[in-house]
Amino acid sequence: MSEILKKKFKKRVSGVDRFLTFIRVLMATLIVVGVLAFIAQQVWPENPFTEWRNPDARGLTGDQFKGLIVSGLSQGAMYGLIALGYSMVYGVLGFINFAHGEVFMVGTMSGWITSEKLHDAGLWESNFILSLFVIIFVAIATSTVTAVITERIAYRPLRNSPRLIPLITSIGVSFFIQNAALGLFGPTSKGYPRLPEWLSKQRSILTVEIAGTKILVMVVAAVSMAGLWYLVERTQTGRAMRAVAEDKEIASLMGINVNRTIVITFGVGGAMAGVGGILWGLLFRSVTHMTGFLPGIKAFTAAVVGGIGNMGGAMAGGVFLGSAESIAPMVILEPLGVPGVSQLKDAVAFTVLVLVLLFKPSGLFGERLSQEDRA
Amino acid sequence: MSLLEIENLQITFGGLDALSNLDFAIEEGEIVSVIGPNGAGKTTFFNAISGMIPPTSGEIIFDGESVLGLDPNQITEMGIARTFQNVRLFPNMTVLENVMVSQHCRTSQLVVGALFQTKAFKKEEKEIRERAEEILSFFGTRLVGYRLDQPAFALSYANRRRLEIARAMATQPRLLLLDEPVAGMNPIETAELTALIGRLRDEWGFTIVIIEHDMKVVRDVSDRVVVLDHGVPIAQGSYDDVSTNPDVIEAYLGRPVEAKR
Repeated sequence: MSEILKKKFKKRVSGVDRFLTFIRVLMATLIVVGVLAFIAQQVWPENPFTEWRNPDARGLTGDQFKGLIVSGLSQGAMYGLIALGYSMVYGVLGFINFAHGEVFMVGTMSGWITSEKLHDAGLWESNFILSLFVIIFVAIATSTVTAVITERIAYRPLRNSPRLIPLITSIGVSFFIQNAALGLFGPTSKGYPRLPEWLSKQRSILTVEIAGTKILVMVVAAVSMAGLWYLVERTQTGRAMRAVAEDKEIASLMGINVNRTIVITFGVGGAMAGVGGILWGLLFRSVTHMTGFLPGIKAFTAAVVGGIGNMGGAMAGGVFLGSAESIAPMVILEPLGVPGVSQLKDAVAFTVLVLVLLFKPSGLFGERLSQEDRA
Repeated sequence: MSLLEIENLQITFGGLDALSNLDFAIEEGEIVSVIGPNGAGKTTFFNAISGMIPPTSGEIIFDGESVLGLDPNQITEMGIARTFQNVRLFPNMTVLENVMVSQHCRTSQLVVGALFQTKAFKKEEKEIRERAEEILSFFGTRLVGYRLDQPAFALSYANRRRLEIARAMATQPRLLLLDEPVAGMNPIETAELTALIGRLRDEWGFTIVIIEHDMKVVRDVSDRVVVLDHGVPIAQGSYDDVSTNPDVIEAYLGRPVEAKR
């Protein structure tokens, strides 16, 4: 009997399982060793491990560390805003809308056009607050319209096809929008006009040195997320969105116009991407037709990290991913002696994705999917 | 004029006639039971009225207007609501939200109102909540207090059934279709719900069509009983007429076999 049991047990632990366990242990060890080495390097710079791996380490000053956190948070806030769009569409329709990064780019691009015009007209200098509202409004409008049109012409005809088909379509839409922007505005990088001194100057808040722009980014992102939370949790429209996400057929039988609700979902997701686009423009002050690509993929990563389909998770995932890609290179990779760590932001972001998929595939805040079979 | 008129309704799946030659009318204020053995087409009949399945031929007229070709949400807006044999709530939404969201087609608020917190928005939101609480209080002490904020998946089976009825009530229908409302309930709960079905008509003014296997319930609630078998109506009339009808007994019990010699 024991022979049979042994055989069965042997079969159950497959090679893939063993490999995954090995990777899990390896990754966990690397992170722990990296953090320990970082602490050691901060406390006792001449310790043997640091001498061996990273001899010319100077460690991080407190201000540098705070700076990393601040830039991580502001970057993460933008990822969160974009990730919401991925997560909401996934929640309602069950596919990843890869064109969402392009919706974000359209927002940044329209913000650039408007801000150029406002700059030429002189309003940018004389009344920056007003022009800020104008560009945010224009970006929200453009992104919302783009998202809604995409839904109407690309996804609605495919509503009843297998989910892989709209997914692939969304990649096509993404290329289409990218190349449309390339054709319309050319490949050069376009710069936003200079921000007024009072906004962009460094401020010191609670001993943290922080650029005013980053404060603006975080405040606007927080306000938008709070607004979205209110919309989804506390209004009839939001309840309809959640009902459609749970069961479209029943939602329809309970008198909810499913098509309209889906359009609203795309529109709201687009609006969030538009806000994110303006914040991106203000923070990095440049935009090309490729601007949407990497932030789009990273925001998708953030949505998966937070648990896709979960809005709170998308926001938290964005902030987590932004912070991780800002902090991890200096805190984990540098003490391990990896060369050129400041170039490794993107690698870190996607490693975070791999780690989350290895350890908790449903995401940090992922819940079980709704009863409906999503296959 | 009848509230619901069904003319020569036929539904075919492949070669199978799920419903055929169905012809009858439901008057305002009636409680009609639809009974029949398993597979008789009762639920298909509900699916056709609520717009989930397009009929192969025939006509369904609600309040003088055809419902054929309309989306389910438009039919609900006209005033037909239903529950399901296998309870289908929005499991991750709270009890109160389940009822609130079902008032969607009777409300008019837009995103813009919520954005600027207009007076009209706040007023309507308050009304939606109050109406939902009023509907839930219809079930006595079963769905009140802390239960309101529980997610629907946390409810007991009987409470899920009650919530489903509450949700259908929230769409403010004129015609309420109940698909096996007491299935799986214990005798006490069944008696309680039977009483509620009568009150649904008397106090809320709904016309009710009910599919039910529990003959005690059918006897207690219905003004009229329609019997389906293999998609064909074989009898209709009062409970007493139908229950003694030989065709009905045959459909349920089979033809008596001649004694072997």
